[in-house]
Amino acid sequence: MDPYEDPPLLSLRGFSKSFAGQVALDRVDFMLEAGSIHALLGENGAGKSTLIKTMTGVVPRDAGTLCLGGVEIAPRSAAEATRAGIATVYQEVNLAPNLSVAQNLFLGRQPTRFGFVREREMRRRARALLAEFDIDIDIAAPLGSYSVAIQHIVAIARAVDLSARVLILDEPTASLDAHEVEVLFGVMRKLAARGIGIVFVTHFLDQVYAVCDRITVLRNGRLAGAASAGELPRLDLVRLMLGRELSAATAVRTPAAAGGDVLATFAGFGKAGYVAPFDLTLRAGQVIGLAGLLGSGRTETARLVFGAERADSGAAVVAGRTVELSSPRAALDLGFGYCPEERKTDGIVAELTVRENIVLALQARRGVFNPLSRREQDEIAARFIRLLDIRPPDPERPIGLLSGGNQQKALLARWLATGPRLLILDEPTRGIDVGAHAEIIALIRRLCAEGMALLVVSSELEEIVTYADEVVVLRDRAHVARLSGEAVEVSAILAAIAAESPALRASEAAE
Amino acid sequence: MALRLPRAGLSQVGALAVILLVNWIVSPQFFDIRLQDGRLFGSLIDVLNRGAPVALLSLGMVLVIAMRGIDLSVGAVMAICGAIAASLADSHALPVVLAASLGAGLLCGLWNGILVAVLGIQPIVATLILMVAGRGIAQLITEGRIVTFTSPALAWFGGGSVLGLPTPIVLTLVMLGLTAAIVRGTALGLLIEAAGGNARAAALSGVGTRAITVAVYVWCGLCAGLAGIVAAADILGADANNAGLWLELDAILAVVIGGTSLFGGRFSIPLAVIGALIIQAMNTGILLSGFPPEFNLIVKAVVVLAVLLLQSPRLGLKLGRRKP
Repeated sequence: MDPYEDPPLLSLRGFSKSFAGQVALDRVDFMLEAGSIHALLGENGAGKSTLIKTMTGVVPRDAGTLCLGGVEIAPRSAAEATRAGIATVYQEVNLAPNLSVAQNLFLGRQPTRFGFVREREMRRRARALLAEFDIDIDIAAPLGSYSVAIQHIVAIARAVDLSARVLILDEPTASLDAHEVEVLFGVMRKLAARGIGIVFVTHFLDQVYAVCDRITVLRNGRLAGAASAGELPRLDLVRLMLGRELSAATAVRTPAAAGGDVLATFAGFGKAGYVAPFDLTLRAGQVIGLAGLLGSGRTETARLVFGAERADSGAAVVAGRTVELSSPRAALDLGFGYCPEERKTDGIVAELTVRENIVLALQARRGVFNPLSRREQDEIAARFIRLLDIRPPDPERPIGLLSGGNQQKALLARWLATGPRLLILDEPTRGIDVGAHAEIIALIRRLCAEGMALLVVSSELEEIVTYADEVVVLRDRAHVARLSGEAVEVSAILAAIAAESPALRASEAAE
Repeated sequence: MALRLPRAGLSQVGALAVILLVNWIVSPQFFDIRLQDGRLFGSLIDVLNRGAPVALLSLGMVLVIAMRGIDLSVGAVMAICGAIAASLADSHALPVVLAASLGAGLLCGLWNGILVAVLGIQPIVATLILMVAGRGIAQLITEGRIVTFTSPALAWFGGGSVLGLPTPIVLTLVMLGLTAAIVRGTALGLLIEAAGGNARAAALSGVGTRAITVAVYVWCGLCAGLAGIVAAADILGADANNAGLWLELDAILAVVIGGTSLFGGRFSIPLAVIGALIIQAMNTGILLSGFPPEFNLIVKAVVVLAVLLLQSPRLGLKLGRRKP
């Protein structure tokens, strides 16, 4: 820091935060200059939302100082932060869709006279406020009748009018189309020109380079790097986010399996607004990796293949027959299994025991009237607890009390118990300790050798290249590259993720 | 195995014992049971007999609540089914009366289940519809009057006895056994606990949550129908305005006292019935003690609070106990 310069608009020093022993933020520094748009980037669990929440006082921090305009502040709630001048607009707009635009803009601070709301005055001010953003809409109409983009701009206008000096936008573009994004960017540039500092959280790299001046990257709760946007090429940015040193990408790679019989083929499979149509062939004894940044469509692809989300285009052929993947139940009957990324919300049933969690999918497939006897359940649970070394080896323990790695193993057991032909693993090694990490990778290799087809979503590129026979790279909700054989290496994946122009879309290839 | 009491059931059984003991203190003849005309009589029998309708309701309600739902309409469904039974009792054979009445309960449950599972309406709102409309339907059936009947066959459901035990008690025991057998004898119990505990995880594991949801509301309607028949048979008539009035709240309370969380998941059928007995034992005790009935609701609230505090894991931690 140049001591002769003015203090930055917002400066955070040594922010730390742990949740129940898990370090979420580790001595993170962050500087925001007045009038700049600053991208805050990082993969899932990197600490972006924790940083924002501790900055705005929603969650108390363990350590660190926060200065706004050179003055130390310590907001203890979002309301206090807003009063101090730090306003946040979340992805899900926190406004009342049933109230009019004007009412939303002045909610809780309506202009009044003798205790009565001055409706006309409020509308005049609302119109004036939105005019600053070149937005001309009927401010008497309910907010919910407008597009998400307009709702976002209304939320921003409200935040800025509450005398914000710092505006935090948490993934505002996630549900906007290209035109709406442009409108939003116009508003952001205007605000920056007025001297407001903007923190922009997103995971679309194109948007970062389109609108941001500076970039700060977090990884695993630490500051991975900060640079001005012009000095940080895409490839370096992706490397910072994923934490890959190319020199380290020398892990032993198993020779690519020739691949057995074709198990399933997906042609032009996709869903509008979810994942662009893609082609995919899954073979017995083969591991296909899905790589890409957060939000690129990896999980979405997995969910489509498993029928958790219904495709609206293309066809799926499994074992020679065209099938309707209309529900997880249908996929289960086809011999598919799916370990979701969000273990706690989509995977485990926390209060049920390890045994009950393990037998759940098998029982669901057998149906209500064909129950597994208690002895069969005990036998299955004991077998998989032994096979996967689930600790503690107590089948009657509620699964919620197990560590992340052991919960993951139990979820794997849930699917292995059904004897699947295809196992879809979404981030199977996320949030689990190193030991369990290695065991799960060894298991992936073993299952593959036994002839199972695997589809693995992972942001651990070094891992993925060691076990995947083929890697599909995704970007902006489309499959953009397919690497196989010798081409499966970290640098190639990184290059494909960082590539600027949209590569060949599968839909075009399908035609 | 179906009737196995989990360790957590100790507080409920203990509470019931304490309440019965208090009843014995305020009314020393509380545990006296005598046989008269081949039927058992006494305050204890009375608790079981009077508690039967709520116990029957709780058998259905516990499954609905385990699926993270709630059924506010059971009181109104009792009124509908009671009205149908009373209207048909003197003109039709008993099987017809029962089939019509229970069939109506089943349809009511099906209606609730479809609103919740297929149309995705929040359970509290979905069942509120029938809670309000049901009483109107019952009044239409009775044409606004209190319909009375004399059929001894139907009257047996309220005042009869089997081997000395009043019929309502026997019916409750049979339904308890039947519910437990269906739920724990099949995989339904596990699937309900999984779907109620984490609906997303259960659906991703291939559990057909929609069909299960419909099934539990249907069972709840059926139980309410039977409770309605018992209530009508008890007074030899159907009062569309008052039959089953507010009993949905007692049934929900019974389930919660029985340790099943309103957030769904783990449930216990026997403990829900014990919860119903706790409520009835209090009602009877307050009557016996000679307290003015105005105190009834307040005493009830205090006892319920005590039972819930005993179950609270937070309080348990404060008292230095370890979580079960």
